[in-house]
Amino acid sequence: MSVIIAHKDFDHTQQYNYLSEENSNDGAVVTFTGLVREFSSGDNVTALELEHYPGMTQSLLDDIITQAKKRWQLGRVRIYHRIGYLPIGEQIVFVGVTSKHRAEAFSAAEFIMDFLKNQATFWKKEHFSGSSRWVQAKQSDKAALTKWQKTSSTESQ
Amino acid sequence: MINVLFFGQLKESLQCENSQLAIDKPITIAQLKELLVEKNPSWEKYLFDKQLLVAVNQSMCSSLQLVCAGDEVALFPPVTGG
Repeated sequence: MSVIIAHKDFDHTQQYNYLSEENSNDGAVVTFTGLVREFSSGDNVTALELEHYPGMTQSLLDDIITQAKKRWQLGRVRIYHRIGYLPIGEQIVFVGVTSKHRAEAFSAAEFIMDFLKNQATFWKKEHFSGSSRWVQAKQSDKAALTKWQKTSSTESQ
Repeated sequence: MINVLFFGQLKESLQCENSQLAIDKPITIAQLKELLVEKNPSWEKYLFDKQLLVAVNQSMCSSLQLVCAGDEVALFPPVTGG
C-alpha cells in the first residue's frame, strides 16, 4: 500500500524497509519527513491539528503518485500522512521514493511534496497556549508548482 | 437529496459538518450555495468567500458545475497539509 493516512505515528525504519527490502532493482532511496515546528509567524506553537476529507485525500495522493511515475522511472513510493492532534516535534508526513539512480528519486520526492501541499485535502490548525488559528495557504507553496509546469513544457519541446 | 460537506475553517465558521438539500432538478454550485443561505442566512459571508474550493463526488470542480440528487458536494478553504 503506497498511501497511508493515520493518527498513529510512523517508524522511520519500517517505512525505509518497505521501500528497500527485496528491491535490488533500485540503487537510490530518497525520503523526506515533515515535523511540527515550534514557531509560526513569531508565535510559539504548542501543537498542530490536522483534518482531512476521507476518500478524496486518498485518491488525490494516489493520483500524485501516478503523475510522478509518469515523469520518472520510479520503483516504490510511500506517502504516510498523519491526522489528528500533533504536539511540537511530532512527525507529520513521510514521503519516500526509490529509483535506479538518485536524480529521479530526489526530483520525484520533491514533486510529490509540492503537489501534496497544494492539492491533497488536508487542513491544519495551529494551537498556541490558550488560542488557536487555521493555517492559511501560502503563496510560496503555490509558486513551487510552477517549476514543475516549466520543466514539463521544456521536456515536451 | 444532495449531501454537502464542509471542512477546515469553513466547518468551524458554519458550526456545521454537513447539510442535506432536497432538489428536484440539477442545479449549479452557485445555486446550491444560495439554497444553503436561504436555510441558514448567517452563512452568506462564509459561503461566498472567493477562495472557497468545491469538489463534487470527490473531484475538484468550478461553481458552474451542475449537481443532481445523490451527489456529494464538499466546500472547503485552500488546503494546507504536509
